[in-house]
Amino acid sequence: MVDIAFGPEPEKRPDPAQPSDAYLELTRRRRMYGGILMVIFVALMVSGFQLAQSRNAGDFLSGLPMLMAFPAEVLSEAWANRAEMPALVLRFLPSLIETINIAAVATLLGAIAAMTMSLLATRGLARWPRAIPVFRRLMDGLRAIPEIVIALVLIFILGGGPVPAVIAIALHTGGALGKLFSEVAENADLKPVEGLTSVGATWGQRMWLGVIPQVAPNWLSYTLLRFEINVRASAILGFVGEGGIGHDLKIALQWGQGRYDEVVVIFLLLLLTITFIDRISDRARERLVKGRRP
Amino acid sequence: MTTASISRPAVDPALVTTITGAFARRRLAALAVPVLILCYLIYTAFAFDLGGLFARARMDNAAILVSDFWSYKTHVTRDNRSGDLTIAIEGEAKGTYPAGMLPDWVTTDGATTRIDLGDGHLVTYDADGARYAIPDYGTVDIRPLNGKLALTAPEPLPDWISASDNKVSVTTDAGRFSYSRSKVETFKYQPGWELFFFTLDSPFYGKSFTELVALALWQDRVDPARSNLGYMLAEFWTNKMWRHGDVAWALFETIQMAFLGTMGAALLALPLGFMAASNMMPSGAVRFATRRLFDFIRAVDALIWTILLSRAFGPGPMTGSLAILINDTGTFGKLFSESLENIDARQVEGIRSTGANALQRARFGVIPQVTPVLLSQILYYLESNTRSATVIGAIVGGGIGLLLTQAIITQKDWEEVAYYITLIVLMVMAMDALSGWLRRRLIKG
Repeated sequence: MVDIAFGPEPEKRPDPAQPSDAYLELTRRRRMYGGILMVIFVALMVSGFQLAQSRNAGDFLSGLPMLMAFPAEVLSEAWANRAEMPALVLRFLPSLIETINIAAVATLLGAIAAMTMSLLATRGLARWPRAIPVFRRLMDGLRAIPEIVIALVLIFILGGGPVPAVIAIALHTGGALGKLFSEVAENADLKPVEGLTSVGATWGQRMWLGVIPQVAPNWLSYTLLRFEINVRASAILGFVGEGGIGHDLKIALQWGQGRYDEVVVIFLLLLLTITFIDRISDRARERLVKGRRP
Repeated sequence: MTTASISRPAVDPALVTTITGAFARRRLAALAVPVLILCYLIYTAFAFDLGGLFARARMDNAAILVSDFWSYKTHVTRDNRSGDLTIAIEGEAKGTYPAGMLPDWVTTDGATTRIDLGDGHLVTYDADGARYAIPDYGTVDIRPLNGKLALTAPEPLPDWISASDNKVSVTTDAGRFSYSRSKVETFKYQPGWELFFFTLDSPFYGKSFTELVALALWQDRVDPARSNLGYMLAEFWTNKMWRHGDVAWALFETIQMAFLGTMGAALLALPLGFMAASNMMPSGAVRFATRRLFDFIRAVDALIWTILLSRAFGPGPMTGSLAILINDTGTFGKLFSESLENIDARQVEGIRSTGANALQRARFGVIPQVTPVLLSQILYYLESNTRSATVIGAIVGGGIGLLLTQAIITQKDWEEVAYYITLIVLMVMAMDALSGWLRRRLIKG
């Protein structure tokens, strides 16, 4: 036991006659390391924030009272125009639907790509075992490129609209889900696959009938979580690039005073949609993973 | 079939119908899901106007992008009124050759300029006009005549020559040539990212690697005030074309935003997580309030937080850090409280039996159990926040995200876009590797 705990070197072994000394020594040393790490961490945080603040246009303390000024201004104007709210909701509904559609299509396409890639990159299931590293690196690469990069480049080529956002989010989703899917598939039971192999099933049949039924609940749960993330990403991409409710928000904000009622409506729509999707996907995921039948 | 069923006990016909019904429903569902997905995709194809997209797509932009990614062009321009010759890389002032300095494929002799585009393509500017000799075709000769351009070229004109009275342009594999009344211009395309290390005005421009090593190690100082190596690094760092120093600073700023945001959120979320965990906080009201706070923070999207904060604090990296910090406080709070609820209660009870108070129980009973889980979650978010910081940087005006969006919006310097994209991908991969390595180290102990 002592060997396992302290290693094989004899000089590191504690003196059995004085067990408390060794223990206290160990604790002291651990506390010291912990303390040093803590000091370094705090120093990094403090200096980091000071540096960030010095490069910022406004500083923290003078900005703090202003934090509520903008929301207050926006809300008061929106309150004054509250009668027009329902009309505005109707006006922004199409772009909200577009934002959700972007996220949904991107999640679907990304998940379909991730299904194939993950099976091809899982040890024991891959069609071409030698190509496993290729597909793994491919997924790493897809995950590493931020959506905004692909979206902006595609906007240059394809022009504005939702398609660049869909492609950008789908590529990233493919990489991110592929990794998670492959981790699930690694734990799948291989017996059904062997059974299918013995009756001469093709690779596609083995995967479709032997693996997918096992992993489907977990995969679906990850996909729903990703959909949630993608709705947020789609709103942000709209703000930076084009398409969807994010773009409307940018235009309303650029206009500034006079269109703050629109800002509030868009904020509210986003908030409600995200909460709603969050709730639905939370419920569904719990049901899927815990295996309760509806 | 019949003989077998006779020997068996009779099967309940109701059961048979239920089972066949269930099978039929399953088969239908297995078919219906793909069909539904397909229908949805078809609907969105119309909603997103996929047909119009192909009409609107600018494939020439794609060609510019791809060629800029791996090559650069040099403009050789003569002002037809004054006769001045300018040679500029990418046509930029920062890349203009100083007077008396010429690339080796351009020769001048009085008013005559010869440009060798390679593969036998020769362009000559002289007092009469300009000529472009194209192998396997002939010579395109342009002379201004009574205020118009007179073109002499083998007939019929191919479609890569466009000619009018005011402008003639020729596009070949070797380069592009255009003559208008005010100026004549030739673009030569060469592979690589020119001036990546030193700009034209630097004393180190055009030196080979071995020459540079020799200069750095033993040759005489170019500038007596400082060492050659230091001078080289300074020239590289302040390169006016590529701005390596600014780019490195922007990358650092992006990582800084991610680090400050993630760690700050973790520090805030830890006590809040204790307040929201049912086995730590006896008061139901506090638990409820904290959980609703997390829900609220998560529901108000990162985009909205970013906008609100940039109104208060102005653009800059601190705003970006705070946006990540606030957004992740909600996520971490939820994750941390869930991990706290899943701990082993026996360890806490053991500490309690020694008479420890609540703080000591948390410090010695709870924290050691949850630390690996929490650290792993924090590190995972650190990596994913590096990516978010790129996007948030584009909104709040800080870091590499800002540089990237600016370079893309100008639609000109695609080689810089390629450079930034490469750096971003490398940065994210490095953070991914770092966080993965740390997670493995910490969890295995």
